[in-house]
Amino acid sequence: MPLRTYGNTMVDVDAEGYLTDFSQWTRAVAEAIAAEEGLAALGPAHWKVIEFMQKEYKENSQVPSIRRLNKSGVASTKELYELFPGGPAKKAARIAGLKKPEGCV
Amino acid sequence: MRNLVICGAGTGGTVMASHLRKRLPREDWAVTVIDRDDEHYYQPGFLFIPFGFLKRKDIVKPKSTLLPRDVAFLIAEIDRIVPASNEVVLRDGRKIPYDYLIVATGAEIVPSETPGMEDGWRDTIFDFYTADGAEALAGKLKAFPGGTIVVHVNETPIKCPVAPLEFAFFCDACLRRHGKRDKVEIVYVTPLPGAFTKPVAAAALGALLEKKRIRMVADFNAERIDASARKIIGYDGREVPYDLLVTVPTNMGAEMIERSGMGDEFRFLPTDPRTLRSKKYENIFALGDATDVPASKAGSVVHFQSEILTENILRAIDGRPLEPAFDGHANCFIEMGRSKAILIDFNYDTEPLPGRFPFPLFGPLPLLKPSRLNHWGKLAFRWIYWRLLLRGKRIPFIPSRMKMTGKKLPAAVPGA
Repeated sequence: MPLRTYGNTMVDVDAEGYLTDFSQWTRAVAEAIAAEEGLAALGPAHWKVIEFMQKEYKENSQVPSIRRLNKSGVASTKELYELFPGGPAKKAARIAGLKKPEGCV
Repeated sequence: MRNLVICGAGTGGTVMASHLRKRLPREDWAVTVIDRDDEHYYQPGFLFIPFGFLKRKDIVKPKSTLLPRDVAFLIAEIDRIVPASNEVVLRDGRKIPYDYLIVATGAEIVPSETPGMEDGWRDTIFDFYTADGAEALAGKLKAFPGGTIVVHVNETPIKCPVAPLEFAFFCDACLRRHGKRDKVEIVYVTPLPGAFTKPVAAAALGALLEKKRIRMVADFNAERIDASARKIIGYDGREVPYDLLVTVPTNMGAEMIERSGMGDEFRFLPTDPRTLRSKKYENIFALGDATDVPASKAGSVVHFQSEILTENILRAIDGRPLEPAFDGHANCFIEMGRSKAILIDFNYDTEPLPGRFPFPLFGPLPLLKPSRLNHWGKLAFRWIYWRLLLRGKRIPFIPSRMKMTGKKLPAAVPGA
């Protein structure tokens, strides 16, 4: 299993850089991953999405879809694309220390 | 008398009625199946209609003739399920009580989920996930003068995730046969990062798209469609122009699930992926496209689930613990055109891999590789579907849980 160092924290990640052990996640790790994903900084709107995803994952052990984030009123799809340009579900999940969303088979 | 009620007489509902009517004593149990119409379509056949290989009449039979005897079949619109009082309420006000309920109401396309999609509906925008859509598309393709055909997946999950790829392959093959391939550009637009979700199959199928000069636009999430300008506009600002858009609109569960307050954001029923029991209600079970389990929405999955679900319902009735036996097994033929097809076999934990199926070395069917035998396998499957699958009979050599024998593991996981 590859290891990556963010600041002074060492974390286990999978082949695509997603954390494999959520207990290693910290806000500082999140900020470092965000920088790697090309985000300038994590603001309150980012954190709202990240925290919601973590809560959902804890409850259902599934990474929520964009549609789920939408329907829960966390952020519209348009806003998600502005917050996490490119691939909001994948980027936000990685920053939140969760698995890569299973874009169902 | 106790009541087992099944909502939906598609693949899942019919096969469960077949299994359970055999296993539940007639003197103790009434089995009731409810559906809104009497037309059972062999859904894998929809793909063949736009190209004139099959007609509507070739793939439809009355649902009532496919259900076993001693099953009450009600043709009625379901208004909602009321788990608190264990009853299904019909639109006409009738109330159908149940001791155990099976939800098998499937998934359907919902074009209204994408702004603008309905503006060009059946004019320059077509689906092939309904009999009407597939027939309309057949007429359109016949008269298509040339230009850009965009094959588009709007949002995942969809029924039969490989069908849009097959559609693109068929387009290529038909155009080449008629010597018109140079007049048409084929573009494949998907919200996924590649041709398939899992890496080994994505690489194999992606290479085939390239070989057939089908351009892939990946990671594309459609915000809206401008039907008058004929283009799809993505959330990230990218635009894909088309002359003919063949789309798989967002797939959702039955509206009845939403009216019952039981669905997730896609109106799918939250279901335990291993036991197939509702996550919330002890006496409600589900299978097939209606569930939220992370398996393919495909007939083969329903078939594998049905054997496990039958055992689990009997266990629940006897007060025994359920068996968490469903492994997500799916098995799909992918048509390539020119009488060749690819076969894939996979489950929750194992992605589609190359090898031989169902027996190691002998096969006879090769996995993840185009072959004529796989194409004949797909054609034979229509017969197997009507005669064996729906009637709850075993399909020889194909167990409900996936086998690793015959599969070749990737030499190394990239990056690991």
